[in-house]
Amino acid sequence: MHNKTISELALGLRVGDFTSVELTRSYLDRVSKFNNELNSYITVCEESALQSAEIADRRIRAGEAEPLLGIPIAHKDIFCTEGVKTSCGSKMLDNFIAPYDAHVVSLFNQSGAVMLGKTNMDEFAMGSSNENSYYGPVHNPWKLEAVPGGSSGGSASAVAAGLCVAATGTDTGGSIRQPAAFCGITGLKPTYGRVSRYGMIAFASSLDQGGPMTRTAEDAAAMLQVMAGFDPRDSTSADQPVPDYMAGLGNDLSGLRIGVPKEYLGGGLDADIEASIQLALAEYTRMGAELVEISLPNTQLGVPTYYVVAPAECSSNLSRFDGVRYGYRCSDPKDLEDLYKRSRGEGFGPEVKRRIMIGTYALSAGYYDAYYLKAQKIRHLISDDFREAFKKVDVIMGPTAPSTAFGIGEKSDDPVTMYLSDIYTIAVNLAGLPGMSIPVKPVGGMPVGLQLIGNYFEEAKLLNVAHRLQQETDWHSATPAGFE
Amino acid sequence: MQWETVIGLEIHAQLATKSKIFSGASTAFGAAPNTQACNVDLGMPGVLPVLNKEAVRMAVTFGVAIDAEIGQRSVFARKNYFYPDLPKGYQISQFELPIVGKGEVDIELDDGFCKPVGVTRAHLEEDAGKSLHEDFHGMTGVDLNRAGTPLLEIVSEPDMRSAKEAVAYAKKIHQIVQYLGICDGNMQEGSFRCDANVSVRPLGGPLGTRAELKNLNSFRFLERAINIEVERQIDLIEAGGAVVQETRLYDADKDETRSMRSKEEANDYRYFPDPDLLPVELDADLIETIRSAMPELPDAKRLRFAEVYGLSEYDAAVLTASKDLAEYFEQVAKVAGDAKLAANWVMGELSGSLNKAGLDLSESPLSAETLGGMLLRIVDKTISGKIAKQVFEAMWAGEGEADQIIEAKGLKQITDTGAIEAVVDGVLEANPEQVANYRSADEKKRPKMLGFFVGQVMKQSKGKANPQQVNELLLKKL
Amino acid sequence: MSLERSDVEKIAHLARLAVSDDELEAVTSDLSNILNLVEQMETADTEGVEPMAHPLHMTQRLREDEATEQDQRNLFQSLAPLTDEGLYLVPRVIE
Repeated sequence: MHNKTISELALGLRVGDFTSVELTRSYLDRVSKFNNELNSYITVCEESALQSAEIADRRIRAGEAEPLLGIPIAHKDIFCTEGVKTSCGSKMLDNFIAPYDAHVVSLFNQSGAVMLGKTNMDEFAMGSSNENSYYGPVHNPWKLEAVPGGSSGGSASAVAAGLCVAATGTDTGGSIRQPAAFCGITGLKPTYGRVSRYGMIAFASSLDQGGPMTRTAEDAAAMLQVMAGFDPRDSTSADQPVPDYMAGLGNDLSGLRIGVPKEYLGGGLDADIEASIQLALAEYTRMGAELVEISLPNTQLGVPTYYVVAPAECSSNLSRFDGVRYGYRCSDPKDLEDLYKRSRGEGFGPEVKRRIMIGTYALSAGYYDAYYLKAQKIRHLISDDFREAFKKVDVIMGPTAPSTAFGIGEKSDDPVTMYLSDIYTIAVNLAGLPGMSIPVKPVGGMPVGLQLIGNYFEEAKLLNVAHRLQQETDWHSATPAGFE
Repeated sequence: MQWETVIGLEIHAQLATKSKIFSGASTAFGAAPNTQACNVDLGMPGVLPVLNKEAVRMAVTFGVAIDAEIGQRSVFARKNYFYPDLPKGYQISQFELPIVGKGEVDIELDDGFCKPVGVTRAHLEEDAGKSLHEDFHGMTGVDLNRAGTPLLEIVSEPDMRSAKEAVAYAKKIHQIVQYLGICDGNMQEGSFRCDANVSVRPLGGPLGTRAELKNLNSFRFLERAINIEVERQIDLIEAGGAVVQETRLYDADKDETRSMRSKEEANDYRYFPDPDLLPVELDADLIETIRSAMPELPDAKRLRFAEVYGLSEYDAAVLTASKDLAEYFEQVAKVAGDAKLAANWVMGELSGSLNKAGLDLSESPLSAETLGGMLLRIVDKTISGKIAKQVFEAMWAGEGEADQIIEAKGLKQITDTGAIEAVVDGVLEANPEQVANYRSADEKKRPKMLGFFVGQVMKQSKGKANPQQVNELLLKKL
Repeated sequence: MSLERSDVEKIAHLARLAVSDDELEAVTSDLSNILNLVEQMETADTEGVEPMAHPLHMTQRLREDEATEQDQRNLFQSLAPLTDEGLYLVPRVIE
């Protein structure tokens, strides 16, 4: 059952092959069997999941047919879930039972999806390997000594290992796409503003975006259909109609112009990965698409720019964690300053503290113009690069990450090397564009992701382009050994 | 050496919205601690701000009222610092692009001259909560009900040269925001707060180092604190010291200013545009709508009162000091049909009685209609001004409307010539000696002597005889 | 750009983060390395370029002025480390 897609499972539920309770039970069994080795989940909600499944079964028997009704999913532990611990992967929030639901969580609840639990992640979504979690590293189901990517590593490994049908993730600099690539699944970061950020614990407000992590593009379409839409509680939410994402799946690709940035191939890219990407591109030309070489000249500036913008916003966003109203508070503070410094010093892990300090520095008097303002200007240049490109092409394609999943501990001592592994994904967040990662031919038994970048609000087009490849090839349906 | 004082004010006016600037929590004053602090006000993880339309409208209204530049595009920024009453660790404020730009107000000085004071800018921001320093087991308690209440921070140019000017300016802004109905102006409850930037310099010299005075919650304290601070700074400099830039707290009990917690020791607020909020763009139509709906402002009202009602400059100023008073007066004048009479009574008996009872105009036992109704009886000669005072007291005591009281107490003026003549005759008969004296007296002394007879007649008639008729009859008969 | 230990102490204080003497050296070196990466921005010519704070060219939406929130003090304070009589407690603040 755990290898089936959402629509297959929904059909099974409707025709009575199995009930949502049975389906949920089978996923819970897999979680209890595999979570020890994978560490994908921080919290498992067995009781409430079975309750939701019972309610879903009643609705299904009453003839309701919503696409996600009774489907077991998981939420990244960055989304607030009322009455359920919401830790954001941090000691700071280890005791935090969210008092309300994130907008995305409410939408899934309304859709009748069953929440199995909350997935592991890099602390406050800061990381590319899931090694920065207070709850320990997550393991990649394809190779347990390898990282699953980050920051949505728990969601990626859970989907890849069949510990949920689909999961939510968030992406600030690649945190959906890179773990999707490392774990061989499909991940979509929507256009900034497409999915409400209300109740999604903020890392960098102008970059953060929630999205689906699934086995297939079709599943991603079903998930995005639920997640996307205007939310008056989020001032940055786009008041734009949500198209029917399923309706466009299967559209013909002939004449599709695929932009291939010259900056994304060669350079620091692993040659085998490049070969996998070329193979997928060849598949697209076979389907009638046309490849166009384009240039995104400011690509190299993406990482440095991101490491000013994101830390600056995070330094301010994370000031609220001060040990006063909720969360971790140090023992026996001797005065107010001690309360702040030790609660934050002990409650945050090293990477979070590094980024808070970089951001604090970049915004401080005398450095604002050279760092923050300069970064905002380059952000404009990067965004203009894409605007230019989309005058000539319909989608942009390239690798999601420069390598396959690296080993746990391999890069954790060197933050800068770790940061550089996000080179292909970061610019998409800076520009606010939608981006996807889908599995292509593996390298050395490890998954490789093809990144698809679309123009603003063109998620439907991206989903179709991804879906078409998945109809013609079976890279996406590979299952890691031991988790069949 | 002759010293010159330089003062600029930062006024925080709480905007009279129903809900907070970025959340749907109530702004009502006086609720139990933290019962009006919702998840947004508490800075819970994941919550987001959404801007209150009414707060924007009120800010623009103020800008239009002081003829300021309105920022068609304004941006919210975060001011970052840690303090227990600041839940998010930053205050959402405006920095580079405020909603209201340069404007100006005129203040009236004691010598009758007007002086323009520049308003540098006015920007929207959220209020912080309150730290309560009473003893909670040796700790400080934090109430966040006030957190997120909309504030308009109005920053002046350093244009004031004395505590008196500063007070005149503060009162002027206070008057304007109340007239506009955008702030209740209650200084005790903290709805209208002033901080003063004070420095001294040798007359005509370059600007000195300023100290920022806080906790000035009445106009009296504002004046007092500035004067004390000016003295302190002059003494300090004359003794060879130097003023340091710092925040000083005014202690009304000790009547001194003292250096405050180093709240902004590093003074590095790391302002940057708030990524949770987008630029506010005001369309020209909105500004025009606000402009055309602008209520009459104090200066215009004062001029109109002088011109239309023929009031003195002074009376017009007193009656327009607050919008409530001006409206009350106009209603009294309308009912009575005599503006000067209305002005005298509103400023005289009514204000005096309110003062004595410690009541605000809004708590007055007499409505404008009631007072006007009584004045109408003076105008139509039903009662004299003297009797009116008696009626006023009865109305104040809640005995009813003027007509009921006049009727019940039989205070109606006697205008029947026959009846008055009978009283006059009686008085003359009873006082032959005074009659004789009057008749033999010099023409010039007579008017003074007539007073005796008038007094007697009024006494006999219990004040009800029409004084003019009494005079005429007495002159004729004597 | 290479930071001094004193720079890091200042930054850590502004950010209210306790950094022990033992950690200080490593943190100083990490932050310096990150700043070296960041300084590649200097190569970009940004003359005349507008800073971009938001990915989308949208403007702020305004909310109607309505009090919609209910009192949830008990729920919220159940999450707090220390409260008394409805107040959040912190070590005594001296003004």
